[in-house]
Amino acid sequence: MLGRTASSLYWLCRHMERAENLARLLDVGYRMSLEPVLDGSEREQWDSTLQAAAMASAFFERHDSVALPQIRDFMLFDETNSSSVRSCLTQARSNARSVRTAITTEMWESINTTWLEFSRIRPSSISVNDLPTLLDWIKRNTAQFRGAMLNTILRNDGYSFCQLGTFNERADNTARILDVKYYVLLPRNEFVGSEFDNRQWSMILRAASAHRSYRHVYRDRYKAWNIADFLILRSEMPRSLAHCYRWIDTTLRDLENFYGARYQCHDIGQAIHDELKNGDMEVVFQKGLHEFLGGFISSNNALGASIAENYNFF
Amino acid sequence: MVAANGDIRTSYREIADWLVSQPKGGLKQKARDAEAIFRRLGITFAVYGSNEANERLIPFDIVPRIISAAEWRKLERGIEQRVRAMNAFLHDIYHRQEIIRAGRVPEALILQNSAFCPQMIDQDPALGVYSHIIGVDLVRVAENEFYVLEDNLRTPSGVSYMIEDREAMMRLVPELFARYRVAPVEHYPENLRRTLQSVAPPNCAGDPTIVVLTPGIYNSAFFEHSFLADEMGVELCQGDDLYVDDGCVYMRTTQKPKRVDVIYRRIDDDFLDPLTFRPDSTLGVPGLFAAYRAGNVTIVNAPGTGIADDKAVYTYVPQIIEFYTGEKPILNNVPTYNCANDEERNYVLDHLEELVVKEVHGSGGYGMMVGPTSTRKMRAEFAKRIKARPNNYIVQPTLALSTCPTFIEKGIAPRHVDLRPFVLVGDRIRITPGGLTRVALKKGSLVVNSSQGGGTKDTWILED
Repeated sequence: MLGRTASSLYWLCRHMERAENLARLLDVGYRMSLEPVLDGSEREQWDSTLQAAAMASAFFERHDSVALPQIRDFMLFDETNSSSVRSCLTQARSNARSVRTAITTEMWESINTTWLEFSRIRPSSISVNDLPTLLDWIKRNTAQFRGAMLNTILRNDGYSFCQLGTFNERADNTARILDVKYYVLLPRNEFVGSEFDNRQWSMILRAASAHRSYRHVYRDRYKAWNIADFLILRSEMPRSLAHCYRWIDTTLRDLENFYGARYQCHDIGQAIHDELKNGDMEVVFQKGLHEFLGGFISSNNALGASIAENYNFF
Repeated sequence: MVAANGDIRTSYREIADWLVSQPKGGLKQKARDAEAIFRRLGITFAVYGSNEANERLIPFDIVPRIISAAEWRKLERGIEQRVRAMNAFLHDIYHRQEIIRAGRVPEALILQNSAFCPQMIDQDPALGVYSHIIGVDLVRVAENEFYVLEDNLRTPSGVSYMIEDREAMMRLVPELFARYRVAPVEHYPENLRRTLQSVAPPNCAGDPTIVVLTPGIYNSAFFEHSFLADEMGVELCQGDDLYVDDGCVYMRTTQKPKRVDVIYRRIDDDFLDPLTFRPDSTLGVPGLFAAYRAGNVTIVNAPGTGIADDKAVYTYVPQIIEFYTGEKPILNNVPTYNCANDEERNYVLDHLEELVVKEVHGSGGYGMMVGPTSTRKMRAEFAKRIKARPNNYIVQPTLALSTCPTFIEKGIAPRHVDLRPFVLVGDRIRITPGGLTRVALKKGSLVVNSSQGGGTKDTWILED
């Protein structure tokens, strides 16, 4: 396989995953905007959404004030924002187009149809009330793409690069959501459980599509400790860091067997996986949640860079 | 589709019945279905200078174009004769130049032609083949009477439409295939792969590694590049996926570099190798031409084939065929006036209203004037240009192009068509029974180029 093909598959799946995460983040932001502001200003609320999407500074370079319509346009439609849903879908489709020979017809038709339909949406035609429907559509289409990928792609090196892109991105996203609100997860809040905390916790779980599954796993009211545990260490939670790294570790092993060669990325991936697998929330909190997450985000980035280098993405 | 006496030609009778039997709105629905199929599959062409949202579909017409078995047999013989002669001509031009010595083509026409590639002199491509993939543009003017408009010996495109138009037709009108015995076209990619394998460099041991070299996703024919690579099961590369080391070409893979033996390139000569041709090219592979000269890789088609399909050389093709084959040409050239000759130029200038004027280096239907549909102002302009640079234009009579029933807004109407069959030359010559039929969708128009509002049709070669 060409290095460029591997790179395109990796980025195709990363961009689709990112588009899905953005839709979920914006959905949470939208819900919050419907409720009375409890803490700080509206700007602070949106600020955390933008930070979790890693686009706060880019947004405030272009806008002085913050309100739902600007956020919606920036996160969904703005072509100058390289992480907007539009940009993600365009880049995903370009990647897919350049490797048509390496993906299945079902994958191509899924991304191509999504891109075509999204391109036809006029931003001005999307009122605030239409937003949830559009966000559902994005989540449905990105899920459909992933389903097409999992159901049709050959389990060879191409599949591995798709999985690495997906889980590298997802781990980054979950870590950011947690890091933006890390202070509401600190154990001192355990006994407070104010309405403010409850809403913040709910927001974090929703942003990871975890508010229902939380109850199934913990059979308890929201607690900061559990939430952090759920999204970091519980590998059965499909957006948790542990889950992402269980897949990354498996996938890197698959590549090692497929090519018969082990590289630096394998060591990095395995080290992160081991840390999560043997992790203990007690230790994480002692180390400092914010420090832990910051360290994780940079290791996760380092893994991405190392995969690109070891497999000649150039 | 109508014979000289006004009757519907036998080969179209079933189609005529079928068209009449279609329910109201049925054809329109099928045309819409066809568009949806093409768009979903991403069979689009990019329009230069516009963004991605402006990827267009080439309009597809659901009424097939039909050619009888007898007509096709004659065409095949003519095409085979022509491509043999053209490859012999290319070999000669880049070696002993016998045809110039024999005085059959003027020396200046070849040696001072910008399409002549001096770097190719004395190069010996595998099996002596220069142009491996050829799309011959033909028009039919009467029963068994075809004219060759252009030979397209460089990097002809459109073959993916031949195959995908057929796929779409089989989905849309399966009932018609039950009424005709239509020769299949789906084996083209397999034949292409065999052709490419057969021209691997002689020093290539084992199964040759073939790649398709594309300029990338913004090229107007990218879909076709990707389609062909996929159908052949070979890698689709861009210039920076390849590099030259110690005189050999390699591709960058996720593992060790892989040696490449045959490159089906879909980028023009000028951009192939910045060290030999245009130094500003970022699409090519530095050192590729040296690897080619060293005999370590085959480039398909060879650089420098443009000299044989140059519009000014075109007028000499009948002589070229006779010179190398000793036979009379089976397919006619369109009679062409030589404007450098006073007598012929005067005739041209007096009859511009009936003639077609083409710029020698123009393509895609640009830089041409069709006399019968021209304005007085256009004719005056072209007369001035011809007088100023007589060698820059070729002039031909307007042919009574054959028409084919075509679905338009108001129903079915005759529209002019041409035909591009695809020929493969390697260890043997392989001609796929079919081709790309382009149709001028504007009433009365003779210009079929997709950049000028042309569309495509499926082409049915009937079996006996």
